[in-house]
Amino acid sequence: MATFNVTINGKSQTVDADPTTPLLWVLRDHLQLVGTKYGCGIAQCGACTVHLNGVAVRSCQLPISSIGANEVVTIEGLSEKGDHPVQQAWLEHDVYQCGYCQAGQIMSASALLRSNPNPTDEDIEATMSGNICRCGTYNRIKDAIKTAANSGASS
Amino acid sequence: MSLIKTTYGRRSFIKSIGLAGGGMMVGFSWLASCKEATTAEEVAMMPDEWFEINGFLKIGDNGMVTIMSPNPEIGQNVKTSMPMIVAEELDTDWKNVIVEQAPLNTELYTRQLAGGSQSIRAGWESLRMAGATARHMLKEAAAQAWQVPFAEITTAAGMIHHEASGKSAHFGEMASAAALIPVPEVVELKEKSEFSIIGTSRKNVDGVKIVTGQPLFGLDVHKEGMLIAMIVHPPAFGMSFKSMDASAVKSMAGIRDVFKMETYKADTPRSFSDIATFNELVVIVGETTWQVMQAKKAIQIEWEPSSDISYNVDFFGSTQATVYPAGLESSETHVLKMTDVGSKKGNVVRKDGNFEAAFKKAAKTIERSYSCPFLAHNTMEPMNFFANVTADKAELIGPIQTPEFMEKSVAARLGMTLDQVDIQMTRMGGGFGRRLYGHFLLEAAVISQQMKAPVKLVYTREDDMTFGNYRPAYYVNYKAGLDENNQLVAFQVRAGGIPESPLYANRFPAGAVENYQAEDWTLNSNVSVGAWRAPRSNFIAGAEQSFLDEVAELAGKDPIDFRLELFEKAKNNPVGENNDYEADRYAGVLKLVREKSNWNEQKPGVARGVAAYYCHNSYVAQVLDVVMKQGMPKIEKVYSAVDCGIVINPDAAINMIQGGVIDGIGHAMYSAMTFKEGVPQASNFDKYRLIRHNEAPSSQQVDFVKNDIDPTGLGEPPLPPVMGALANALYKATEKRYYHQPFISNKPFIG
Repeated sequence: MATFNVTINGKSQTVDADPTTPLLWVLRDHLQLVGTKYGCGIAQCGACTVHLNGVAVRSCQLPISSIGANEVVTIEGLSEKGDHPVQQAWLEHDVYQCGYCQAGQIMSASALLRSNPNPTDEDIEATMSGNICRCGTYNRIKDAIKTAANSGASS
Repeated sequence: MSLIKTTYGRRSFIKSIGLAGGGMMVGFSWLASCKEATTAEEVAMMPDEWFEINGFLKIGDNGMVTIMSPNPEIGQNVKTSMPMIVAEELDTDWKNVIVEQAPLNTELYTRQLAGGSQSIRAGWESLRMAGATARHMLKEAAAQAWQVPFAEITTAAGMIHHEASGKSAHFGEMASAAALIPVPEVVELKEKSEFSIIGTSRKNVDGVKIVTGQPLFGLDVHKEGMLIAMIVHPPAFGMSFKSMDASAVKSMAGIRDVFKMETYKADTPRSFSDIATFNELVVIVGETTWQVMQAKKAIQIEWEPSSDISYNVDFFGSTQATVYPAGLESSETHVLKMTDVGSKKGNVVRKDGNFEAAFKKAAKTIERSYSCPFLAHNTMEPMNFFANVTADKAELIGPIQTPEFMEKSVAARLGMTLDQVDIQMTRMGGGFGRRLYGHFLLEAAVISQQMKAPVKLVYTREDDMTFGNYRPAYYVNYKAGLDENNQLVAFQVRAGGIPESPLYANRFPAGAVENYQAEDWTLNSNVSVGAWRAPRSNFIAGAEQSFLDEVAELAGKDPIDFRLELFEKAKNNPVGENNDYEADRYAGVLKLVREKSNWNEQKPGVARGVAAYYCHNSYVAQVLDVVMKQGMPKIEKVYSAVDCGIVINPDAAINMIQGGVIDGIGHAMYSAMTFKEGVPQASNFDKYRLIRHNEAPSSQQVDFVKNDIDPTGLGEPPLPPVMGALANALYKATEKRYYHQPFISNKPFIG
């Protein structure tokens, strides 16, 4: 066990955990931030996607000891009022079915738009293929990303 | 006017609200009832007092309405669409509605089960009745308050009006009085033409929570003092526990206990919902998920070959034997056996005319065989359940498609009464049939009882994928004969599988062919299986529709025209009895998809395939367009035409159809669960391929046949036919037929 100071959603947090504990389980078990989902544990499904300094990463692969001063943003902190353009676009298109993978989809999509404000279909497919949606909402995910791009999600 | 007799008695209402007797009125503070209201806006809309009108709904003094959604939510969106039906007949404004997941209450609600695409179809009448009964009571209360005739009272969008006197009130003003009105024996339902909520698109009621990451799922449950439990199950089907050395693991950080458990005792009565191969499990309990995962990796367990396992299950009143023969099975052997048995005569289930004579006499004949592998369900949220079992109560919270059945199993296993078992349903991160089988719920209960502590049982992805109740492996052989006029005069289907046959003997083309024979066969296995989205149809539809495509080609006919001719025959001069489809509606979806896809128009470079199927009381036809890009097929567009009767929530229905299409394409194209010496050959998404974003159709179009037929199934019907449309389009694109799923898998695609 060791003590780690990490910044999650702009808030400084102290966590006592085994240094190998992935960020995913620190978020879910230690901090009760359960919006970030467990899907595979091997970075194959994207359900655990969070932002590390604004870049999409798979939190199941990041030991808590590696976070340091890097800023972590989870779905709970993507926007204060749940009104990030990507979240709004998701609501507008009623994207989800079961909803389980969608936090990861939204985190991947919002990071994509930050680095590429006007992605082509191929850009969207390339980035979003790391996130599995077992219900098959891929068409709506693409439509929602385009809507968010048009509303200025990169800002 | 359409009148309906209310079938539920006053007694069940009273029971539902926990009153010993007398009055129906329950007032309770909004704090207790607004657990679903989380935004400031929602809280501001909360009334001071709620009045329970019946078990399906309560009305606040300000006119807000809480509607209970009775059925488990697995992503099929019943949590929105079922309350829409209640709201319609209540005649409230949808913006006044708050939805809550109902508790398990089998006296009040019928069929609290997510399965068979039946939630809406089976709930239709009771949901309408619940809304209409409440509306009747509100009108009655207003008639008494205003001293005017009941017949002169009207309602609209949450308001009650009496035109002659000019009096008006919102529902909240009459709610307390309405709650005291005796339940009417007969109530009036709306005419379908009067619907203003049903048939309009309404957003998913959990949407905001989903996009903001609020706790919704079983895996998100957290309770004070809760421990995390994981199981270790045998590494292969046909193996069982021998011994273990847990000493080193017990002293690992955070680990509280390691023990062996039996999920079901030999005398625990089982229903179909209790099907599970692995019964003796090793349990590790600890403080955090990661700690338990580390212990799980470190533990030393010896396994040994198991002997034959068998138990009986109750399948909706009939006893079925479940048998797992000893042995370590491999997919290679499965395929050889299926190919061998599948080419021989099976049990004749249906016989019209004389197939053999007609086939011998036919001008042209064709014979083809199709197969598919086992499939895992792979819900994105792995199996899990929270349990807190104390001496006199078992509290269980989590994702389950069959709470009613599992309540009985828990009570029997723990030696409790049904009243002592409380199962609460969470939103589920997918179902697809996997959570019809609730052994994990019972495992959690047994673990909590042993630990004398609240526990959350968590399956890793590997546990989830390798402790499956898989879609069976199937194999089907077809033969068809055409006469000199290219009429289909002989048709034979021989369908079997491990361990069940996918045959539906009375489905199309039964009824459309003079000489028709349907046979089935099975091979037993110790690989446990279960319902997987659109059971049996999820293979046989694609196979049949691929075969008919070849038969149409042999006849030199357009594949849609060929099918329509058969439906004409089935309609005007049906062969045999018990044909399980309406030829007109079947033809209807084909005609609609032909029109919407501009089927007759050739698009350069685009290969098109068509298929249609009927299952779960609904009809679906699809046209799928493929282009070849760098030697790989890319699906450009899928057109679906659907007849599922009245569509409750069109945009949500379209979403589910789009999802079913992608699910069907993905599994036909890429997915398989294979076994070697009993060991599942994939345990995570690195080896088990699921369809991804770049492999989905670039776009989709969905059209509904508009009619006034009471709603039928939708969760499953869009999936089966698309496998056929895909195979037929791939043939056009590559000049090669696809008989064996998965069509692509991990092998390089040879176009």
